[in-house]
Amino acid sequence: MDTFVQQLINGLNVGAIYALIALGYTMVYGILRLINFAHGDVYMVGAFTGYFMAVQFGLGAPSLVSLSIVLIGSMMVAALVGMIIERFAYRPVRKYSRMTTLIMAIGVSLLIENLYVATIGAAPRAFPDFLGSQSQVPIRLFGNAAISKAQIIIFLVSVALMLVLQWIVFKTKVGTAMRAVSFNLNSAKLMGINTDAIISLTFAIGSALAAAGGVLTAQYNPNIDPLMGILTGLKAFVAAVLGGIGNIPGAVLGGLLIGAAETFVVGYGSNIGIASTYRDAVAFAILIVVLLVRPSGLLGSTVQEKV
Amino acid sequence: MPTFIKRILGIVIVILVLVGANAFMGREGLFGFGLPYYYAEILNLTGISVILAVSLNLITGYTGQFSIGHAGFMAVGAYSSVFMTVYYSESLEQSLTAVVGATLAQSLVFLGVIIVGALAAALAGLVVGIPSLRLRGDYLAIVTLGFAEIIRIIILNIDRVGGATGFRGRVPPWDGRLIIPQYANFIWIGAFAVITIVVVYNIVHSDIGRSLISIREDELAAEAMGIHTTRYKVLAFVISSAFAGIAGALFGHFRQFLHTNDFQFIRSIEIIIMIVLGGMGSISGAIFGAIVITILPELLRQLPGDLYSYRLVIYSALLIVIMLTRPQGVLGGKEFGLSWLKRAQRRPEGDKPIGEKGVPIAQQNNAPILDQAKEVENK
Repeated sequence: MDTFVQQLINGLNVGAIYALIALGYTMVYGILRLINFAHGDVYMVGAFTGYFMAVQFGLGAPSLVSLSIVLIGSMMVAALVGMIIERFAYRPVRKYSRMTTLIMAIGVSLLIENLYVATIGAAPRAFPDFLGSQSQVPIRLFGNAAISKAQIIIFLVSVALMLVLQWIVFKTKVGTAMRAVSFNLNSAKLMGINTDAIISLTFAIGSALAAAGGVLTAQYNPNIDPLMGILTGLKAFVAAVLGGIGNIPGAVLGGLLIGAAETFVVGYGSNIGIASTYRDAVAFAILIVVLLVRPSGLLGSTVQEKV
Repeated sequence: MPTFIKRILGIVIVILVLVGANAFMGREGLFGFGLPYYYAEILNLTGISVILAVSLNLITGYTGQFSIGHAGFMAVGAYSSVFMTVYYSESLEQSLTAVVGATLAQSLVFLGVIIVGALAAALAGLVVGIPSLRLRGDYLAIVTLGFAEIIRIIILNIDRVGGATGFRGRVPPWDGRLIIPQYANFIWIGAFAVITIVVVYNIVHSDIGRSLISIREDELAAEAMGIHTTRYKVLAFVISSAFAGIAGALFGHFRQFLHTNDFQFIRSIEIIIMIVLGGMGSISGAIFGAIVITILPELLRQLPGDLYSYRLVIYSALLIVIMLTRPQGVLGGKEFGLSWLKRAQRRPEGDKPIGEKGVPIAQQNNAPILDQAKEVENK
């Protein structure tokens, strides 16, 4: 039981970050029907922006204020990067086939990765620990299960960001416009919505969330490198599909499930003969099963194809 | 000239060219002229890329099913065939050598393991294809990606093929060959590239090909016309996987070293880029794309100083520029071949019946109406 609770805590922590990244995928897919392969790289850009800000401004010392500055700063930079990608790569090819836009997304992803490798090198760098070594000390809950201050902070920040997103999408005028665009782009345009601006804003919000995910990940796994976004991005996308792509609560649910499943494979897999190296496969295995049983995802709704 | 003589002549020419090219790349060279090993290696890898691109084109270009898992099937073919070579072929080769001589015995064994690789990959294609081809579009893409990743991680966990350290030869507790023999050379790779092209060409120009293209154009309409869409999609998928397996087997026996890093997600993407670059649904386009994408990174290696480290940046930037300027690919579904030579000889311009305003009737007929119909459809 203790191990179970412990694994659940760790899993939800990892899952919260997957959820943050998955939200960006699901929002972009909901509006443009585009798998934004560059999203994982925006997450990487977010982590590196945080790193460079910390180095530049000498914010290496552990403090919550520096964490907030770095978090907000990297979110803003990533939002800008997301808008630039949308404006110069995706908008010109939007009218072409889905295959073209998908290849474009892959091209952008490769460009960002290779640009980072070429300029700063592929070697991992150590992200400064803003929460301090004190925060890594586990606080006992009951039995042997424990939670650290860092885990609590990561989880709370993620949940807060998700609530802000929920508020933007469902309570503001901009959010209404976003939902209208995702429902039907052309009708939304006829209703006087500036669809280009809304799409741009969607990219900005999604990218900012990914950057937050990047900075938060670096708080428990400080090794950041230019290729860190590939696998995490894929898994976050899997989380979005799992929850039902285009569905915001679905992305959060999917992220948490994938995170929990991964830690459970590491924690319990050896008991049933699954090596912990299968951790990276479990997300895809779950995805395949879900898509075969319920192709629209857990919370997604089925769309009938019209002839 | 009767067709069968033409065909035999064609086969003889292909074999002569391959043997010549192979000798040209060998250590002794051809008539004293040779190619350094580095270039020979690029040429061989280009041949393997051609097999991969042309076979993926069958499923993505002609059937319209977007698969991002081709590297997974290549891995299955590579690992299963090399596994057979390392652990089960040594005694067979020795006993065959006693009967037919060393060269032929080696060729027979290699052919055998290539077939094993192809069958294993085809089986994997069947297992993946039957459930996942019910899905459409992006979902299929993601499932194929997921399967390829799972295949890769499973291979990574098999100790007998080296796991994370890579597969060079037998792994100590088990008995077998110490190193993977370099069976593959340009004769093999070139021959299989030609076979792949011929087979895919014939499939595309047969009734199966018509069905596949109709599925690409409109799946619902194809189904309404009585085409068993799932069956044809699975068929295309299995054939495509089998060729990916062959490419993998050749790759393994050429490189003499296998590592799961060679079969990552990015590898599948590279194959897709090849066919998108050349123009989907065009065999010559796929060949063109395979050649460009394999050679381009090597060419960019020649860049001086600072630019050298930016070669992959240039490579991905080129991809973006191509998508922005020519999204249908360089050839865009058209075939490029030698037929324009023939056509020019057969019918000079003046022979065409001329209609109104000097426009040939063949071009004038219905063309505008068809265009209008297409425009309406697009709206």
